[in-house]
Amino acid sequence: MRQFLTETLDQLTRADGVRGALLVAAEDGLVIAEAAMDGVEAAPVAALAASLAGRLLKVAETAGQAPPALIHLEATEGGLFIAIGESGLLLVAVTTADANAGEVRLALLDGAGRLS
Amino acid sequence: MTDPIETWTAELSADPDSLVFLQLGEALRRRRLLDGALAVARGGAQRYPELADAHDLLARILSDRGEGDAAFDAWTMALRLKPEMVGALKGIGFLCYRMGDFVHALRQLEAAAALVPDDPTIGVAIARVKARLEEQASGLPADPFLGTEGWHGATMLLDARGRRLAGSLLSPDGDDRSDAIAAQLTGVSREASRAAILLDLGYWQSIQVEGRSAQLVLTEPAKETVLVIQRPADTPVGRLPLIADRAGAMARRWLERMA
Repeated sequence: MRQFLTETLDQLTRADGVRGALLVAAEDGLVIAEAAMDGVEAAPVAALAASLAGRLLKVAETAGQAPPALIHLEATEGGLFIAIGESGLLLVAVTTADANAGEVRLALLDGAGRLS
Repeated sequence: MTDPIETWTAELSADPDSLVFLQLGEALRRRRLLDGALAVARGGAQRYPELADAHDLLARILSDRGEGDAAFDAWTMALRLKPEMVGALKGIGFLCYRMGDFVHALRQLEAAAALVPDDPTIGVAIARVKARLEEQASGLPADPFLGTEGWHGATMLLDARGRRLAGSLLSPDGDDRSDAIAAQLTGVSREASRAAILLDLGYWQSIQVEGRSAQLVLTEPAKETVLVIQRPADTPVGRLPLIADRAGAMARRWLERMA
């Protein structure tokens, strides 16, 4: 299992512009696994990702919509991607501003699908 | 316990003439399995072109998929076959409301209320439409996103404290969820700012949320405000920032007029 998680994260970090990737427990925001966190502390990223995902899951429910699959926080110098797996896990990537957003998005959705 | 969808699917497969497609299509719609629901409803409407319920089902599914024009046509067909069909009157009323055509929305809903005067949901809908008509009559631009197809009921501006400023967000069933969603988004821009700063990402610009039934975009068009835009799931992802930019410009103009 550990090797599978590491492979999933490693694959994600191979996408252009990914500074780091981690796997987070959605319920409590704890880090389960991480890879190549370039200048980024994993624990705060995990907590922020879980908080944001939790809030937006509630919003989707209130809106009468299906749960979200992917969240992308876009900022001037980079981005935070969060894929929500059905298994209660979040696959998270921190990217640079020039990252290939399309590639990161697909890699995350693919990874989250394999985790479910 | 057997899943009724499996049972009805088997029934329909064994007997393609079965009317069970009505239950199956509705069950799939409720589970947001809209592609499957659409295929079932289309098959049923082709097999039973004179059955108003088949067109009503098709219209509900098309409406959920954000295909307003096609839903309107299907409900119109249902009403041609069965003029007293309350669901179709409500459906067309909802579509008119979503388009910002409150006069026609009211006409449809009042026709429905005449058929079922005790239905409280119609009374609530009529009150909501009348309120919008009054806003229009007063000359106040209550909804800066009015009149743009697909935006009314799917675009909302709120303040940083989770209070709705303008626009609205409706559920797929047409329920107004604006205030509840606004409350849940209290402080979201602060949270996004904090995340961006902590991760050394600069200033946050937007949050895009992709779901199986809808996509959501959050932006901050002006200080201390959040714009929420909801679009059907099949909207190309790359188009969302463009829609958000346009909605943001409309929101800023509206805020300037209100100041």
